[in-house]
Amino acid sequence: MTEATTSPAAREPQNRSLRSLLFAMELDTRLLGMLVALAGIWITFHVWSGGNFITPRNLWNLSVQSASIAIMATGMVLIIVSRNIDLSVGAVLAFVGYTMAMVQAEWIPKTLGLGFDQPYTWLIALGIGIALGALIGGLQGFLVAYGGVPSFIVTLGGLLVWRGLIFRYQQGQTIAPLDGIFQLLGGGPKGALGDQLSWLLGAIAIAGIVYSLWAGRRRRRRYDFPVRPIWAEVLVGAVGIGFIIASVWVANSYPWPPALAEQWAAQTGNTVPEGGIPTGIAFPVVIMLGVALIVTYLATRRRFGRYVYAIGGNPDAAELGGINVRRTITLTFVLMGVLCAVSAAVQTARLNAAVTNLGTQNELDVISAAVIGGTSFAGGIGTIPGAILGAVVMQSLRSGMLLLNVDSPTQDIVVGIVLVAAVGFDSYLRRRAA
Amino acid sequence: MVIRKVAALIGAAAVVFAACGGGATASPAASAGAAGCTIGVSWNNYQEERWAKWDEPALKKAIEDAGGKYISNDAASSSEKQASNVENLITNGAKVVVVLAQDGTAIKPAVAAAIADGVPVIAYDRLIEDPKALYITFDNVEVGRMQARAILEAMPKGNYVFIKGNQADANADFLRGGQQEILQAAIDAGDIKNVGESYTDNWDPAIAQTNMEQFLTANNNDVDAVVASNDGTAGGVVAALAAQGLAGKVPVSGQDGDQSALNRVALGTQTVSVWKDARELGKAAGEAAVQLCGNPDITKVKGTIIFKSPGGNDMTSILLTPIPIKKDNLNVVVDAGWIAKDALCKDVTDTSSVPACQ
Repeated sequence: MTEATTSPAAREPQNRSLRSLLFAMELDTRLLGMLVALAGIWITFHVWSGGNFITPRNLWNLSVQSASIAIMATGMVLIIVSRNIDLSVGAVLAFVGYTMAMVQAEWIPKTLGLGFDQPYTWLIALGIGIALGALIGGLQGFLVAYGGVPSFIVTLGGLLVWRGLIFRYQQGQTIAPLDGIFQLLGGGPKGALGDQLSWLLGAIAIAGIVYSLWAGRRRRRRYDFPVRPIWAEVLVGAVGIGFIIASVWVANSYPWPPALAEQWAAQTGNTVPEGGIPTGIAFPVVIMLGVALIVTYLATRRRFGRYVYAIGGNPDAAELGGINVRRTITLTFVLMGVLCAVSAAVQTARLNAAVTNLGTQNELDVISAAVIGGTSFAGGIGTIPGAILGAVVMQSLRSGMLLLNVDSPTQDIVVGIVLVAAVGFDSYLRRRAA
Repeated sequence: MVIRKVAALIGAAAVVFAACGGGATASPAASAGAAGCTIGVSWNNYQEERWAKWDEPALKKAIEDAGGKYISNDAASSSEKQASNVENLITNGAKVVVVLAQDGTAIKPAVAAAIADGVPVIAYDRLIEDPKALYITFDNVEVGRMQARAILEAMPKGNYVFIKGNQADANADFLRGGQQEILQAAIDAGDIKNVGESYTDNWDPAIAQTNMEQFLTANNNDVDAVVASNDGTAGGVVAALAAQGLAGKVPVSGQDGDQSALNRVALGTQTVSVWKDARELGKAAGEAAVQLCGNPDITKVKGTIIFKSPGGNDMTSILLTPIPIKKDNLNVVVDAGWIAKDALCKDVTDTSSVPACQ
């Protein structure tokens, strides 16, 4: 079993109906359904907004706006899969973000007297943030796993405590501006890879797809598992590669804003090339992809991940089967804390400030993203790519409605209905399939 | 079992209180004494930065300078608790009560009861829809006018975006109303076009940033000015503008005199921050309370006007005038001790246009 939700075996298709085609390709039909729904949303908004939605600029914005929720949603999947919940992510994000801002804007420059824009400031701030996130997550996880307090309660308390603690720093005053290098973590035209590095990243990703298809096929042969027909392998690979090329192309098609490009040209004495400077993939998106890769690896290829899914499937059986349930649960919360810290870095850097209401209601967005992405509250079911898609779906709805000038209460109503409808539809399909 | 649980809870609560050090609420003394009258203040949430730092010291000083006595309690963001807090203040001998309402509607019965008892009530900063209470606040409609005036002066023609406050907050609409008053003529003349307008949930700067990005996208960056309702949302707007290389080219408004916003004004990326000196508000309320000790008739308090409230009441009010802080008068906030010069002038390289940084 390579993935928690892929069908365990594949047979040669008897006829070429759509269903058997999908079956032969071993694609996750739920994920595919979400992609279709997302395409539908994009096209609808594109038509309604008079051709403003599917443009390089808007898609680039969308990718950055979704990144921070998507990063946290990957961790939330594992929390919910193991039958827990974390309501404190927004508050942890705010507290850690505020701490990182204090490190770089107050403690290093003022208390230590080193001044602003030291070359390693951003790394130290990020390191302290991630350590603090792990510590907070570890504490909450410990209370859940070893203290026997339900995660709902522990993290509800955490939500109040961590946000309250912000007011102990500088009485909750806004901390701004932040370190120049740190700011790049939040994206923006300068906080992006540029065209060449974007293509390099794309090439690496393509190599990764080809390798994993080849290695998977070889591994199956070795254990005498049935393999996908060659045409299915080629099709899956081609679609994946096409998607990567399209993404990089879109990111590179968004040129630097003219005003910024001229500033850069004036400062460096260069001239702006014809067609502008390609922006490329933004750093928050690169971070999100890295996080997704690591968490997917942890979830599907490491013992830790298999334990998480086993615990979610049946906690008693997992315990009796010799799994160290408490340790595993604690680790899921440590991971969640670290991811909150990473998101905190992205959000504060993007805003170039730490404010007290940073990450307000992010817990709801993160849980919604995971759930729209097919994570089940019954435990044991949920995928990382699904959660990321969930985050993109939610943000697409919000930014699309903004383009149409829909006011925020109406946005909330729409997102709320979509959330319930998506989960309802999902559980209907599940019941029918069972 | 139950008793043990209760005991455990009380024990836990005691530990928490000891750890937090209390201190926020002054312990009220039993008698007022002959020296002066006791004035009670009901704070809604003392945890917020501004009340403890700016409002309370000024209020307390105004009362004590006149020979009065200051007592207070804190409702910790609970409207039920605040109702009983008002009663407690009166029980503890308060002759005048100042209320910073958590919820201007929920507090009405308690306020009406106090007034019926012969204790005058001052609605501090936030409106309580009871025409028998004295309303003291900064004029929020005027704040909106000042924001619009500053932006209009910097950009008399073009495409305007409006980043409003939290929809649930009545002040958001007061501000927007004041902005519209000033801009109406130019909008009617076709000089100004409204190309985007949005509320900002919880006044969250990150949401303001996303909203601004979408407005820039929808208009292909053809935005000439942004009327943002406070400094937090202005911060989000400036971050969105900076990503397009437009920071400093597009005028942006704000209010509150946040340190980072004043720094932006010095840097030129924000045009105006309308400053409401909370100490002035505290002082005005303290002085009004002292007058009410002598004569409980609110219409006899100096400087009152009649303000037509959104609920249709004629409120006897003292409306203080805020000060728009722009690049050329930044010295006002420095001289008032509101912000330190190094915080104000951080990263300002060209001090020739910023007198306060020279």
